[in-house]
Amino acid sequence: MASPQPRIGVVTYPGSQDDRDALWALGALDAEAVPVWHEEQELPDLDAVVLPGGFSYGDYLRCGAIARFSPATAAVTAFADAGGLVLGICNGFQVLCEAGLLPGVLLRNESLRFVCRDVPLVVERADLPFMSRCSVGQQIVIPVKHGDGRWFAPPELVRELEANRQVVLRYGEPCNGSVDDIAGICNERGNVMGLMPHPEHAVDPLLGSADGALILASLVESARERVLALN
Amino acid sequence: MRATVLVRPKHGILDPQGEAVEIALEHLGFAVSGARIGKVVDLEVEADDPEQARAQVEKMCEQLLANPLMESFEVEIHG
Repeated sequence: MASPQPRIGVVTYPGSQDDRDALWALGALDAEAVPVWHEEQELPDLDAVVLPGGFSYGDYLRCGAIARFSPATAAVTAFADAGGLVLGICNGFQVLCEAGLLPGVLLRNESLRFVCRDVPLVVERADLPFMSRCSVGQQIVIPVKHGDGRWFAPPELVRELEANRQVVLRYGEPCNGSVDDIAGICNERGNVMGLMPHPEHAVDPLLGSADGALILASLVESARERVLALN
Repeated sequence: MRATVLVRPKHGILDPQGEAVEIALEHLGFAVSGARIGKVVDLEVEADDPEQARAQVEKMCEQLLANPLMESFEVEIHG
């Protein structure tokens, strides 16, 4: 029997920019990539969801603050609550933090400059559905492009996250002033992850690095295992 | 009833915008320190009295206008 193609949704908000790259990358990694419009009250039948980068609703008030109220975000929250796999990239990470699906908040870069470059990342967790193709301590290179990527949480919350092993990725060099160089985190249950770097821009080696495929292919593989478990 | 909400970065939160503005003011020859940048939200709220208006606006702050992890807020009701 041919292995099933998992269906992975990518939500497009007004102002999303990287939805097409995410759809392309998931397709290239052998998933059926499904566009999801922000007005959809219910998600189609999906095995995972990606919230892409961009500037949803113009980043008005705070990054991700308005996207939290879109019907699709409510549907994604219900999907995550039911144990569904949700990956937020850049603005998608900001939306997940504002929606309370992930802890912390993303603030203006310490430098006040928009950073747009390849950055080294150190893998802290490889036992998550998003990270199974990586190994702990591995260094991978994925581009960032953001003005508001400084992840912040009060010290007591950071201690709690460290104790729960919710830090997934750290920058291998200073990037934006993020607390403890945190680049990506997950929820306690491990089915929701957010990161500022853009794995969808690092899938084809022609673009300088294919390390993003390690994360997205892990997601595709985990989604496929869920399909197989259901059948 | 008219209300004004002041949203400020919490004490201890690094505010690079405030720092940049402070440096710019120093370039102009002003002796300044502690510049911090927040937001002002002016709005009209339907309420019978100032207490009710304040309670409503505080709820708005908690639910949307401020992020409690990094921001504090102050509400003014203008009768």
